[in-house]
Amino acid sequence: MNSLIWLPFLPLLGTLIPLISNRLSRTECAFLTAVLPALTLVLILINAGNIVQGERFQAAIPWIPSIGLELAFRLDGLALLFSILILGIGLLVILYARYYLSDKDPMGKFYAYLMLFMFAMLGVVLSDNLIQLWFFWELTSISSFLLISFWGHKTEARKGARMALTVTGAGGLALLAGLLILGDTVGSFSLQTVLDSGDLIKASTSYPVIVVLVLLGAFTKSAQFPFHFWLPNAMAAPTPVSAYLHSATMVKAGIFLMARFYPALADTDLWFLIVSLTGLATFLMGAYIALFQHDLKGLLANSTISHLGLITLLLGMGTDLAAVAAIFHIINHAIFKASLFMAAGIIDHESGSRDMRQLNGLWKYMPYTATLAMVASASMAGVPLMNGFLSKEMFFTETLHQASLGSLSWLIPVLATLGGVFAVAYSMRFIHDVFFNGEPINLPKTPHEPPRYMRVPVEILVALCLLVGIFPSYMVGDLLFSAASATLNSTPPSYSLAIWHGFNLPLLMSIIALIGGLIMYQNRPHLFKFQAQFPKSDPKLVFEGVVQSLASAANRFISFTENGSLQRYTFFTLLLAVIMTAASLMKLNATAGQRPEIPVDAVSITAAVLLSISALATVLWHRRRVVALITLSVVGLIVSLAFAQFSAPDLALTQLSVEVVTVILLILALFFLPQKTPKESSPRRVVRDLSLASLIGGVVGTICYALMTRPLDTISTFFTENSKTGGGGTNVVNVILVDFRGFDTLGEITVLGIAALGIYKLIARMRLFMPSSNDRGLAWSEDKNPILLAVISQSLLPLALLVSAYIFLRGHNMPGGGFIAGLITSVAIIQQYVGHGVEWIKTRVKLDYQIMIGSGIGIATLSGLGSWTFGHTFLSSWFDYFYLPVIGKFELASAMIFDLGVFLTVVGATMLILANLGQLTTSERPIQKEND
Amino acid sequence: MEGLYAFCVGLLTACGIFLTLRGRSFSVVMGLTLLSYAVNLFLFASGRLKLNAAAVLGQSEQYSDPLPQALVLTAIVIGFAMTAFAVILAMRARADLGNDHVDGVLPAQPGDPTYKSGGHH
Repeated sequence: MNSLIWLPFLPLLGTLIPLISNRLSRTECAFLTAVLPALTLVLILINAGNIVQGERFQAAIPWIPSIGLELAFRLDGLALLFSILILGIGLLVILYARYYLSDKDPMGKFYAYLMLFMFAMLGVVLSDNLIQLWFFWELTSISSFLLISFWGHKTEARKGARMALTVTGAGGLALLAGLLILGDTVGSFSLQTVLDSGDLIKASTSYPVIVVLVLLGAFTKSAQFPFHFWLPNAMAAPTPVSAYLHSATMVKAGIFLMARFYPALADTDLWFLIVSLTGLATFLMGAYIALFQHDLKGLLANSTISHLGLITLLLGMGTDLAAVAAIFHIINHAIFKASLFMAAGIIDHESGSRDMRQLNGLWKYMPYTATLAMVASASMAGVPLMNGFLSKEMFFTETLHQASLGSLSWLIPVLATLGGVFAVAYSMRFIHDVFFNGEPINLPKTPHEPPRYMRVPVEILVALCLLVGIFPSYMVGDLLFSAASATLNSTPPSYSLAIWHGFNLPLLMSIIALIGGLIMYQNRPHLFKFQAQFPKSDPKLVFEGVVQSLASAANRFISFTENGSLQRYTFFTLLLAVIMTAASLMKLNATAGQRPEIPVDAVSITAAVLLSISALATVLWHRRRVVALITLSVVGLIVSLAFAQFSAPDLALTQLSVEVVTVILLILALFFLPQKTPKESSPRRVVRDLSLASLIGGVVGTICYALMTRPLDTISTFFTENSKTGGGGTNVVNVILVDFRGFDTLGEITVLGIAALGIYKLIARMRLFMPSSNDRGLAWSEDKNPILLAVISQSLLPLALLVSAYIFLRGHNMPGGGFIAGLITSVAIIQQYVGHGVEWIKTRVKLDYQIMIGSGIGIATLSGLGSWTFGHTFLSSWFDYFYLPVIGKFELASAMIFDLGVFLTVVGATMLILANLGQLTTSERPIQKEND
Repeated sequence: MEGLYAFCVGLLTACGIFLTLRGRSFSVVMGLTLLSYAVNLFLFASGRLKLNAAAVLGQSEQYSDPLPQALVLTAIVIGFAMTAFAVILAMRARADLGNDHVDGVLPAQPGDPTYKSGGHH
C-alpha cells in the first residue's frame, strides 16, 4: 500500500481549499473543506477490515538512511483507531464550525488552521519513525497555537495560546531529547525496531532518562498534573477548536504516545510509579476543580483533565487488561466529550453566556439540545447504558487488582470511587444548573434552539454514546481489539464487553459513585462555601510571572555579557579559548619530545634578548605611541632575521619588506590619531589582563615547544620531489605558491584586493581634521619634501625597480617571486611619494591602482584558465627551456604569468592603501560633500 | 634553541594579547601586529627549525619543510592587509565618532554623573 505515503498529506493539501473557496458561500466553503478529510477517512476505512484482521501497513521513502531519517508511515490497529477519531470528529467539527463561526470570523483561515492541525495529528499517529513523529508532534503544538489564538483580539486568547505553546513546546523539546537517546540506545529510529527492543531498552542505563523525558512530553501534551494548567486557559479558543483539540485529538496525543511506546517503555516499576501516581493525582484534582467552575467550558476542561488522568492511571497500572480499558476509555471520552463541548458551544451561541450562575432553566427554551446534553453528560458520569459506564466499570475492576503500592494498594480503588463521586457531581451540575434550577438571570439574549444542522454533529455523537453503550462489542469490538493488540505488541488477554457482569464490587463502586455524587451535588452550597475560604490563585498570573522573571533574568545575563564593551568580549573569548586549549594540553604527558634540539649560540641569544626587550618596551610604552611604534618595528626586524636564520629566505625577504610598508602605514595613520593614549585602565584590570596574557603566552609557548621537539611527519616530501620535474622550479616555496597550491594563492590575492578596495572606500568618506602640531604642541615642519630625500629616492628608483625585476624573475628557482618583488616595488614607489609629494607624482605617473589590482587578479585567473585550452585542470602549469644567443639557456613557465598577476595585485593593493592614506595629508584629499 | 624560540613566541603572544585588551584602537592595532608575528613564527615552527637548509633544490643537503613557509608567506601579506584595514577602520571610527576608544564611546570617569563602577555605560 504505497498510497499510504500520500494519505496523511491529503489534509495538508486540504489547507489550501478553504483559502481558495473562501469567496464562495459559507456552506460551500465548509463542504469543499470536508471533501479531502472525508476521502482520507474513506481510504482508511476501506483498509480497516484488513487491519482488524491483524495486518499492518507500512511504507517508507528513505531520505538520509545513514542517520535514520526517512519518511515512514504505518497503519496498525492503534493508528487506525486514532485516525478514525481524528478524521471522523474532524468532519463533524467542520460541519459544526460552519454554524458556530459568525460572519465576521474569517472562515477560510479557520478551516485552513484546522486542516493543518488535522494533518499534524494524523502525522503523529501514522508515523513510523521517531524523528518524524516528533516533527508532527511539534506541528500539532504550533497549529494548536494558531487555533487557540484564532480570536487574537482577545487578551485571554493570546495569553492562553502562548501558555499552551510554551508548556507543550517545552515538553516537545524534552520528548525530542528522549527520542534521540532512545534511538541511540536501540540503534535505529524506526518505530518498529524500537517497539521490538523493549528488553534492550529497559536493560540499558539510560532507560530512566528516556522514560522521564518521553513522559515529560506526554504529560505536558495531555495536561497531566502539574502541567495541567494550560488546558483551562486554552478554553479561550472558539468552541469547535475545544471540541476537536481538547476532547479527541491534541490532548490525546500524549496518551497516544504512552500507548505507542507501551511495549518499549512500560512494564517497569519506574514507569508504574510515575505514570500511575501522576494519573491518579490528575484524575482526582481535575474532578474536584471541575465541580467549582462557573464557566461551562471551564467545567468541561477540568473534567477532560480528570479523564486524561484516568486513562494515564490505567496505562500506568501495568496489566494488559488495564491497557485495554485505557484504549476503550480513549474512544468513549472522545465521543462524549466532543458532544458536550459542542453542546456547550450551542448554549453559548444561542444564549450569549457560558456562566452557570446566569444559565438556569434552559430546558424550556431548548429542550432538544438539553436532551442531547443530558445523555452525553450521563455518559460522562458513568450511568449504565452509556459508553462511559462500560469503560469506567473496567477501570474500577482494574483498580481492584492493583498491588503496585504494596500494602497501601487499597487506596487506589477508594480514591477511584472518590473521583467517580466528583465526576457524577460535576456532570449533575452541568445538567441541573444549566437546564433546570429556576430561571435564567440577565442573559444577553433569549435562548432558543440552534439551527438544524448545528445539532447534527451532536446528535451523531450522542447516538454513538448510546450505541456503544448498549452494543459495545458490535460497535467497537474489533476496533478495540486491534488497537489493544497494536498497543501491547501482542494479543491482548480475553475480556468481555458486556453491560452486565453480575453483582460485583465494581458495580458497587459505580453505585456508590452515583449516589455519592448526587448527595454531593445536593450539598454543594456547603462545598462552595468551604472552597471560598481558599485564596484564589490564577495559574495565568503565576505563569506570566514565571515568564517575566525568566525574561528579566535573560536580560540581566545579556546586559552582563553584552554590555557593549569590546574589551570584555575579547577577554571572555580569550579566556574560553585558553581554558579549552589548556585542558587538552594537560593530557600531554611530557612537554619535551624525542627530537634532538639545536644548540644555542650567542647570536641567537642576543637576538632573543633584543626581541624580548623590544616587545616588552612596546607594551610598557604603548601609551607613547610613536616610541612604541619604533620598538614594534625592531620586533618585526628580528622576526625577519629569525626567518633567515632558520632556512626561510623567502619569509625573511617578505617580512622585511612588509615591515617597511607596515611602519609607513602606521606612522601615516598615527598622524590622524591621538599621539598619546590616556591612562584609563584600573590597576585591577591591568593585573587581570596581564594574568590572562601571560597564561595564553605560556600555553602558546608550551604548544610551540612541544611541537618543535617532536619528530615531524610531513607531507612536503611530495613537493620537494616534484618541484623541479613537475613545477619546473627549484625554489620549492615559490613553486608551492604559484603551482601546487596556486588556487590558494589566487584566493589570497583576491582577499588582498578586496581588503584594499574596502580600505579605499573607508578613506574616501573620511572626515578628519588635520592636526597642525604634534603632541608637544610643536608645529609640523613647513619643509614637507626635503630636497635631499627627493634627490636620493629619485636616483634610487631605477635601481630599486631593477632589483625588484631580478627578484621577480629568479623567484621560481631562487628566493624571491611575485609577492616579494611586489612589495619591493611598492616600497620604491612609496619612497617617491615621501620624497616628492602626491602632487609631483600625480603629474608624472598615471597609475590607477584599482585597475592594477583588477588586472593582477584577472591575469592570475586567466593563466589558470589557459590550461583548460590544453585540456588540463585549472591552474596546471607548463614550462620549457629555450636558448637565445647572449643570454643563454633560460626557462619559460606559465607559472610566471600567474606570478605576474600576484605581483600586480600586491603592488596595486599596497599602493591603493598607502597612496590614498598619504593623500589625506595633502591638499589632494577627497572633498566631502555635506549632504551625502 | 627550540626552547629559546618557544619562549619568544610565548612572550610575543602575551604582549600581543595584553595590547589587544587595551581600550584604544591604536594599542589594539599594535597588539594585533605583535600577535601576527607570534602566529607566523608559531606556524613556521610547525615545520621544525633547521639551520642552513633553505628549501631550494641543489643548494643544501637537507631541506626545511617548504609547506609551512608557503603558508606563512601568504599569511604575512594577508596580515598586512588586516593590519591596514584595522588601522584605517580605527581612523574612520575616530573621524565619525570623535574618539579612538574601541567601543566608540569614552568610558565614564569617576565624578561624572553617569559614572558607575564596573565600566557600564
